[in-house]
Amino acid sequence: MKLTKHLASVVIASTCLCAPALAQTKLTMWYHGAGNEVESRILNQIISDFNTSQSDWTVTIESFPEKSYNDSVAAAALAGNLPDILDVDGPVMPNWAWAGYLQPLPIDESEFADFLPGAKGVWDGKLYSVGLWEAAVALFARQSTLDELGLRTPTLDKPWSREEFMAALDAAKASGKYEFALDLGMNDQAEWYSYAFSPFLQSFGGDIVDRSTYKTAEGALNGEAAQAFGKWWQSLFTGGYAPGTSEDPADQQTGFIGGKFAFQWNGNWRAVATMEAVDDVVFLPAPDFGAGNKIGAGSWQFGVSAKSRHPEGAAEFIKFAAQDKYLAAFSDGIGLIPPTPSAAQMTKNYKDGGPLAVFFDLSKAQALVRPVTPGYVVQAKVFTKALADIANGADVADTLDAAVDEIDADIESNGGYGHR
Amino acid sequence: MASKLTLSNRAGWTFALPGFALIFTFIVLPFFFAIGLSLTNQRLLSPNPTQFVGLENYQQLLGLAVVTLEPERNDAGEMIRNEAGEIQYPRLRAITRSDDYPQYRGMREWFRWQSGENVMVVIASDVVFMKALVNTFLFVLVVAPVQGSLALMLALLINHRVRGINLFRTIYFMPVVVSIVVVSLLWRFIYDGQNGLLNSILQALTFGLFQPVDWLGNPSTALPSVMAMSIWQAVGFHMVIWLAGLQTISPTLYEAAAIEGASRWQTFRYVTWPGLRNTAVLVLVVITMQGFALFAQIDVMTSGGPLDSTQTLVFQAVERGYGKQDISGGSTISVILFAIVLAISLIQRWLTRER
Repeated sequence: MKLTKHLASVVIASTCLCAPALAQTKLTMWYHGAGNEVESRILNQIISDFNTSQSDWTVTIESFPEKSYNDSVAAAALAGNLPDILDVDGPVMPNWAWAGYLQPLPIDESEFADFLPGAKGVWDGKLYSVGLWEAAVALFARQSTLDELGLRTPTLDKPWSREEFMAALDAAKASGKYEFALDLGMNDQAEWYSYAFSPFLQSFGGDIVDRSTYKTAEGALNGEAAQAFGKWWQSLFTGGYAPGTSEDPADQQTGFIGGKFAFQWNGNWRAVATMEAVDDVVFLPAPDFGAGNKIGAGSWQFGVSAKSRHPEGAAEFIKFAAQDKYLAAFSDGIGLIPPTPSAAQMTKNYKDGGPLAVFFDLSKAQALVRPVTPGYVVQAKVFTKALADIANGADVADTLDAAVDEIDADIESNGGYGHR
Repeated sequence: MASKLTLSNRAGWTFALPGFALIFTFIVLPFFFAIGLSLTNQRLLSPNPTQFVGLENYQQLLGLAVVTLEPERNDAGEMIRNEAGEIQYPRLRAITRSDDYPQYRGMREWFRWQSGENVMVVIASDVVFMKALVNTFLFVLVVAPVQGSLALMLALLINHRVRGINLFRTIYFMPVVVSIVVVSLLWRFIYDGQNGLLNSILQALTFGLFQPVDWLGNPSTALPSVMAMSIWQAVGFHMVIWLAGLQTISPTLYEAAAIEGASRWQTFRYVTWPGLRNTAVLVLVVITMQGFALFAQIDVMTSGGPLDSTQTLVFQAVERGYGKQDISGGSTISVILFAIVLAISLIQRWLTRER
């Protein structure tokens, strides 16, 4: 009985379906979000939807902890074991493209025309990666705190100036109700420093590297604007406004919610959880330190590895995953910014009048991607160490000069990283 | 003897083979790779071809120089002083960036001292490496004797046949079983500057007189804190080795000592300690090598900060090789570390040789 059923199905399959559809080609994918339940659930849903939606490809996923993901990819690339679909952090993408880990996406760029600029990874004029979300950083505060301290609510059009921002911190400090006025997440010395804090430097008018040539950091990271930034940065810690580099890692999760801090500089991936715990939380735009208010752009994106033998299948999956409903699902799940306006309207938080809607416009208008150069990986490390040292009391001018020297030496020893 | 070892012991060699193969593949071979890579400009990922650069990496790490800074003078030749009356010196960068001194390019200040009117500045091509070198030596110099003797004391304490002694053995050994990463995470909370356990206990013990210390955030307490935690974590391991050594000492010797009327100190000095000779050498060598390999605690607890006060050689090797994608630089540090550990082990062997 069973045998006949099997036979019948084989006969039906071989006659009715076209031949290549018989075997699905296996595609492998690596992801950085091991341990994040919500993220994994959404992504697994997308993958199973994709696998059942067509019969050419089947995608399998392997998740890595974020901290060791980049190292794993580098090691796998050296060993020639890259998967078909790679998850890549936006600012790291040029490094991987330059090194030959990634190939340009075999998808027409116009397919992603309405995506936020920060969600598209373009290097050397070619599209390499596409993000299912965009992230943003905001100043978390309670409306009640603002009212109590008598502070003006900053808006995108009229953000706090440096003076207003410092006055707000002073008021919070003077109230004596908080352990610290501001939580910056100083313990996280990975990508967070350059992502969250380099926009402050840019708002002062400096930058990590000179973006007109990408061949030196001289003047950008140690010029007048950068020195002013460095002094201000140091004053946050010498003035006792924010905890330093030895901050408790749990503070990013619970510090603001528990009332340890009046303000928290945090990513919108913490927005949903914070809204659930704090009724009157408001998300304020970055202060303007003189050259406009800036926040970082560019988050994790999907690309096709250079060694993939099925780039068309990988591209198929990326296109499938970039549907509005999935973009909206990620946004609702973890509070990230959906990269398209149409997806934004499908979400709870980013549709017109939603509690986070302001970020969509901010990301569109003022988010600045980190330096688009293969040297960024090293520059971010140097920048992070410089900021940590300044926070710990190192001389500002010497530290920034030394950082410039190190970045310049690295660019030189890498033959200019292919910038012409 | 040799023929017995090589021929009649075929089964033994067969059993040892997998171990040898693993050691060769994962320790010996990579080490020779490291020596080779340290002579090139190999990057972790780069489309540029690898070039042979000779000893440039070693120069880059070990380069040192001393420059003399003369006081700044005004047109009349008087020294310029600031409001506090301190003599003003030109910025070091004026020299290290100047085309007049191409040999100092890219070097940074390590430390300086006053010499008469002038200031002598020791500049290094790689200040962080130098600090890592000093910190690593400091760590070993403190941890090796303290951990070794503490372990011996614990071993002597628990080398008794009393009821419930296994409970104490277990308690002392427990930290060894827990992963060092987990232990480091836990100790971060203990050392927390605001409401860490250590500060709370000290405050309670001193009835609030004790001012909380940011143990890991203060350059002067960060390395000692890591040392204390490392000593605590691995002391049980060495305790067990000492214990094994203690139990090889024949009880008849103790009986003889008792009959001769030896005091407890004399028993220890003339029976126990000589009997522990080989164990002592082993413990010392093992602690030294583990000390030089200090990494996980740093990676989890301080990332080398604050102000490089907890940089170590292995942390720098990893940071450089993976973080900054400079495999040749990381390999160079590993080779230097190997040379240091080898030299120290040989010295230890020589000092503790059979005379």
